[in-house]
Amino acid sequence: MMATGTEAGTATDTRPDTEQGTEVRAALPWVTLVWNDPINLMSYVTHVFQKLFGYDREKATKLMLDVHRRGRAVVSTGSREQMEHDVARLHAYGLWATLQQQ
Amino acid sequence: MTGVKRTRRGVVVSFDEVEASLLRHLVGEVRDLLADGEPLPSPAGGTGGVPSDAELSALTGLGTDLGRDLGGETESPTVPSDPALARLLPDAYRDDDEAAGEFRRLTESSLRRDKVNAAERLLAALPGDGAGEVRLDPETTESWLSTINDVRLALGTRLEVTEEMAEPDPEDPDAPAYVVYLWLTELQGVLIEVADD
Repeated sequence: MMATGTEAGTATDTRPDTEQGTEVRAALPWVTLVWNDPINLMSYVTHVFQKLFGYDREKATKLMLDVHRRGRAVVSTGSREQMEHDVARLHAYGLWATLQQQ
Repeated sequence: MTGVKRTRRGVVVSFDEVEASLLRHLVGEVRDLLADGEPLPSPAGGTGGVPSDAELSALTGLGTDLGRDLGGETESPTVPSDPALARLLPDAYRDDDEAAGEFRRLTESSLRRDKVNAAERLLAALPGDGAGEVRLDPETTESWLSTINDVRLALGTRLEVTEEMAEPDPEDPDAPAYVVYLWLTELQGVLIEVADD
């Protein structure tokens, strides 16, 4: 992603919380991934995560930095249909998103 | 630089004549790209110091000579061959061509239509002749952000920008287009800042 002057790097370097047990994983085996790209602004990606998923600024910033540093991040988890819906909404905003089975 | 400020009645963006003309041209080109070659009315001829459409096309390289997605629509469509269009309409599955094709068959036309409609709304809101102010409510601000981002994606893909890119070499034939890209980046950055305020 492309940095803007206003983006503060505040997130820690830990993985998002994953509290699902194996039963939940079996029922919700799909994830939406957002991939890093050189055009989308860091502030824009953070903004989109807040708008689409209702994440607070801190969580959205952390996910954005995961995308930026690791090349990708899981931004939502759920059924295949739900993830296809999330991917479509992310594409509408111009983010590079895919879904896959966990 | 285009002015963006927050007022009690929403975000206000003020353009000078050249900026308004440039944005109209760029958004129009991306709309055409997404509308897949549907003919569009030409805007009223510019006057004075405002560049013509042909001049702007030469500047940005997003004009009509660019590749269209020529694939038929009977089979599951594949990712567009034009890199800029492919970036605007990416595959939803990374390692499953069949699922990617099926997803595209079901969703690509509505994604194109939504992006075209958002572009049309921006074009309709721009000052009609020359400089002027545009007031954006929160919903319209979101729509503008996504459309300006689409233009940056198309132009940035053409320019093969990288995260580390610095100021362009003035000798580079792409330098003027890169300056336009940086202007869009700044406009988008300020709009986000004001929207998130």
